[in-house]
Amino acid sequence: MSTIVIDPITRIEGHLKIEAVVDNGVVKETKSTGTLFRGIELILQGRDPRDAPRITQRICGVCPTSHATASTLAMDRAFGIAEKIPRNGRILRNLILGSNFIQSHILHFYHLAALDYVDVTAAAEYDGSDPSMQSAKRFLERGELEPFVPRYEGDYRLSPELNRVATSHYLQAFAARRKAHELLSVFGGKMPHSVGIVPGGAAQIPTVDTITAFLWRLNDLRGFIDNVYLADVKAIAGCYSDYTEIGAGCGQLLAYGGFPAQSGQFLESGTTSTDLSSTPLDPAQITESVRHSWYVASEDPLHPAVGRTEPNLDKEGAYSWLKSPRYNGQVHEVGPLARMAVNYARGNEVIKPLVDSALSELNAPPSALFSVMGRHLARALECKAVADAMADWVLKLSPGEPVYAPYEIPGEGSGAGLTEAPRGALGHWVKLSSGKIGHYQCVVPTTWNASPKDSQGTPGPIEQAITGTRIRDEQNPFEIVRIVRSFDPCLACAVHLIRPRGKTIGRFRVT
Amino acid sequence: MQRCEEIPVIWLQASTCSGCSVSVLNSVNPAISSLLLDEVLPGKHINLRFQATVMAGAGEPVLEVLKAAEKELDGQYVLVVEGCIPTADNGKFGTIGEIPIVERVASLGKAAQAVIALGTCASFGGIFSAQPNPSGGKGVGELFNAKEIDTPLVNVPGCPPHPDWFVGTVATILLAGLAGLDLDEYRRPKSFYGKLIHENCPRRACFDEGKFAKHLSDEGCLYELGCKGTITHADCSLRRWNNGTNWVIGSGAPCNGCVEPDFPDLVSPFYEKIPEEVLFAVEEEATQ
Repeated sequence: MSTIVIDPITRIEGHLKIEAVVDNGVVKETKSTGTLFRGIELILQGRDPRDAPRITQRICGVCPTSHATASTLAMDRAFGIAEKIPRNGRILRNLILGSNFIQSHILHFYHLAALDYVDVTAAAEYDGSDPSMQSAKRFLERGELEPFVPRYEGDYRLSPELNRVATSHYLQAFAARRKAHELLSVFGGKMPHSVGIVPGGAAQIPTVDTITAFLWRLNDLRGFIDNVYLADVKAIAGCYSDYTEIGAGCGQLLAYGGFPAQSGQFLESGTTSTDLSSTPLDPAQITESVRHSWYVASEDPLHPAVGRTEPNLDKEGAYSWLKSPRYNGQVHEVGPLARMAVNYARGNEVIKPLVDSALSELNAPPSALFSVMGRHLARALECKAVADAMADWVLKLSPGEPVYAPYEIPGEGSGAGLTEAPRGALGHWVKLSSGKIGHYQCVVPTTWNASPKDSQGTPGPIEQAITGTRIRDEQNPFEIVRIVRSFDPCLACAVHLIRPRGKTIGRFRVT
Repeated sequence: MQRCEEIPVIWLQASTCSGCSVSVLNSVNPAISSLLLDEVLPGKHINLRFQATVMAGAGEPVLEVLKAAEKELDGQYVLVVEGCIPTADNGKFGTIGEIPIVERVASLGKAAQAVIALGTCASFGGIFSAQPNPSGGKGVGELFNAKEIDTPLVNVPGCPPHPDWFVGTVATILLAGLAGLDLDEYRRPKSFYGKLIHENCPRRACFDEGKFAKHLSDEGCLYELGCKGTITHADCSLRRWNNGTNWVIGSGAPCNGCVEPDFPDLVSPFYEKIPEEVLFAVEEEATQ
């Protein structure tokens, strides 16, 4: 029996530690621990509610737009203006959010995940004419190889030629994700931390030239997604085919859905499981347990709108700052795989054919989706689906027409904003008190995925995905980091507010 | 072939959202791939030894990189700190490799040749040190003062900072050392933070004519909608963001003063006109 401790887990957003107890080469138990606390929900208390979309974006520099969206949707409801958002405003919000889905998914596959599969040192033998690969070759010849070493050694399976192709795409993808931020800023102002999504609608009136500027930046990216990103995911899935079985996870999946259309949402909400049956979402079934988190548990679990956050650093059996969100008392995975599976199960007319065609190309059954490679494939397919839809949406903007509905801030009110971040289901809950923020609560994707055990002792999705995995080389535990990164964790989002030992700072109630 | 000098850089993420890292990935000239692979200036290559968002390794092997830097590269490497430093309860609220971030920043800061505090959190505390500052967050300068660490420090604030501000600061350090930087009283390079947004704002004419926007998306100066461009020192209005595509005021939203030492508390509510007492305090400071 031995314990593998990986701290820090790099190439994710935020600070995460994974401990895996290994017996005879197989993981018997896994502990996922969030190692940083910041306290943004407490910082929001008493502030002007219009500031929340700007402040909560700072929860995460990779997916700030999703926090702006959730926070703005919550404010629209709390201000009583959810039905008054002009059509242009709704479309602009979707375009800004969608641009960051593209950015985040490309960043994740190439810059956060690919180095677990691609051996960039193959560029040393490059003899072609691509300037960036010649740069890589000169870099390798100089011999100071950071940040590409140290790394785990051994299990790099691509052919030298495929490694060189993937390395050149790794470098190209830096430019692609940067262009996705440029796309976002056409209507979002700047990125990270955009300013275009505001309670009441959007801030910038579209014109014919901004619409055109947006469309052609988008088309450039669609070319990259179709011809480079999707092809690379399929190629890597082919060379690492055992990873269509490794890291299956908890088998129950949840999506809030996102991108509001005239009616309903482009990505639909619901839950599903490995049998791909579909159940509608009931937000009242969301609870959070703190049994294994450093918080006092008097009643456990609780709905986030009545959640308590009272720290207890000495608590026996606790091992994380993350709470354990559960749906209907059951552990659920969130993220692109959950969204694609839920929409597949619901027979969504865009998603179902896309998934079917990719599975048939890979000659894989739908069960292969529930795996490390399944998550990468789902993310790439979603990237394509969202980018293609955006090309329709942008042409539905009415140049020069209103984007914003003025409003008065009421003294009292409450609202929930449920949407999707690139990493999964994201919810913000707000309650106003005398026109200020009285209570604010975020339940974010990685809290679901990286959560510790709940009140029934059931481990979280990442813990379940790792436990039972055979580790081929404990000195180079590729399996663990590949599983963790397939979830695209964002720990910056995941940690609740706490305060020094023994003092209560959060005890809030929403009715 | 001319020998290439390798400049070791250690980039530590403290209490951050990683937005500063992501913003630097948006650098255009040089592109981030060139920053990593090429000689950023002839004969000088940035040897990025530790950067948790991009580095290949994880766990114990990368912690060894930090240990080795302190021992073997004393006085040679540049330390970049992103995020504020959680200091409450002996720094228990943030750890890397089971050691408090506050200890890592102090020991790595002491042995560095220079420190770049990247972003408003690392420079001044920023968003995660906002009232009531639940984690006891501090900027690097405040921490260095408390611990009597005298390593040369430059602040490159912004939430996030523009990639050009970071790259330009690094290039100056590589060419001429920290002495090559002309810093203001908050240790910000004057070349980027020397002028007010207001001085070069395209909506300045509206301000001068008293033509003010009443609601977001209206034409006119955004001053009455809470724009902090009159008290914010940065060159966004000229440089613009994301490859010059747009910027905050360009998209119809008020500037929220994110490069200033008191962001976000003194410059919020973001959508309310600057209170007179704040304006007077800033003007008084400027005339001193």
